[in-house]
Amino acid sequence: MLEIIIQLAASFIASAGFGVLFNAPKKSLIPCGLVGMIGWIFFYTLTNHQVDIVAATAFAAILVSILSQVCSRILKRPIIIFTVSGIIPLVPGGVAYNAMRNFVENDYNTAIQLSAQVMLLAGGIAIGLMFSQVINQIMTKLQKARQ
Amino acid sequence: MRKPSVTVEKICLLAGKIMLASGAETYRVEDTMDRIARCYGIENPQSYATLTGLHFSLDYTSSSYFLRITKRATDLHKIDEVNQLSREIVAEQMPLSTAYDKLKTLEKHVPTFSLSFQVLAAALVSGCFSLMFGGIWPDFLPACLAGGIGYLTMILFDKMIEIRFLAEFFGASFVGLIALSCFSLGFGGSLEMIIIGAVMPLVPGLPITNAIRDLMAGHLVSGVSKGIESLLTAVAIGAGIAIVYGFFPV
Repeated sequence: MLEIIIQLAASFIASAGFGVLFNAPKKSLIPCGLVGMIGWIFFYTLTNHQVDIVAATAFAAILVSILSQVCSRILKRPIIIFTVSGIIPLVPGGVAYNAMRNFVENDYNTAIQLSAQVMLLAGGIAIGLMFSQVINQIMTKLQKARQ
Repeated sequence: MRKPSVTVEKICLLAGKIMLASGAETYRVEDTMDRIARCYGIENPQSYATLTGLHFSLDYTSSSYFLRITKRATDLHKIDEVNQLSREIVAEQMPLSTAYDKLKTLEKHVPTFSLSFQVLAAALVSGCFSLMFGGIWPDFLPACLAGGIGYLTMILFDKMIEIRFLAEFFGASFVGLIALSCFSLGFGGSLEMIIIGAVMPLVPGLPITNAIRDLMAGHLVSGVSKGIESLLTAVAIGAGIAIVYGFFPV
């Protein structure tokens, strides 16, 4: 339980902090942090329940993009503000680091394997972001059809 | 001296320039420019934005204007402000000169957060990321230190030297050096966790997200160039860390 609380706090601070680095508007920092936090906790629980890391990244990215869509509609701000800080925790920094380190240590087999995993993880993020676009377009078309 | 007259194309190009220079998605830039032009009664505005330049013409047979974008940074606040302003322009039918003046003041707008606050945020981000990626509490402070100094180095080098990707390279090598010295002095549980956390503030988050969003919107030229930009930044960060490992093998 304590572990989860630490993860919640850390991911909130990390996502909101990224908002500061990207000079996001002050009022959007807390929503940024919340989007990042929920996305990361979802990813964390999935990976702890033995879900494959690529699938977990894709699902978490879908959740992040849906939440960002909601935030951007409610606060009337560009969606990019929320997606960037939400997606950052899912960026495969650790795997990329390990891949690079193996390259330096001349262990090319492991390095190439890890690089392939980085590519897949990036693809997972892309799928997640694409999903939000799909939902957005369906919602806009439904609204138009209703009028 | 007489003030040069303000035209619709000038406003559109200025708005587009501010957005592109702050790192907005190109499809959003084109959309905003078209919207502003339509509200001033232009029926067929033609805009084309890439990562390094903007084209705009009032009609497809009229003459086309071009604007070069040299300096790009990440500033979500400015994107948001231009977005709000474009809504206001459309809603209120704002006079051309007022809109132009507002955009001009927006362009000179100083960042919301001071440098020291940003470095502090970078330090906290690094510490938190090292905890999130599986580090333990002793990793927190070394990661904060390395991340904060690495970010500061990147900003300072970016101001001093105008060679792309060099700032990230030096930032990452400072991260590596500080993490390595902290670790060899006996602070921190694992060197890997410290470095992974501390490198995160340098990661090109906005270009990566923008690249994907632009590619999906069908803006292949901008999407691919942004993807390459973020890939090169990632390689620069990797090389920065690698060079430290090369000099001081663990």
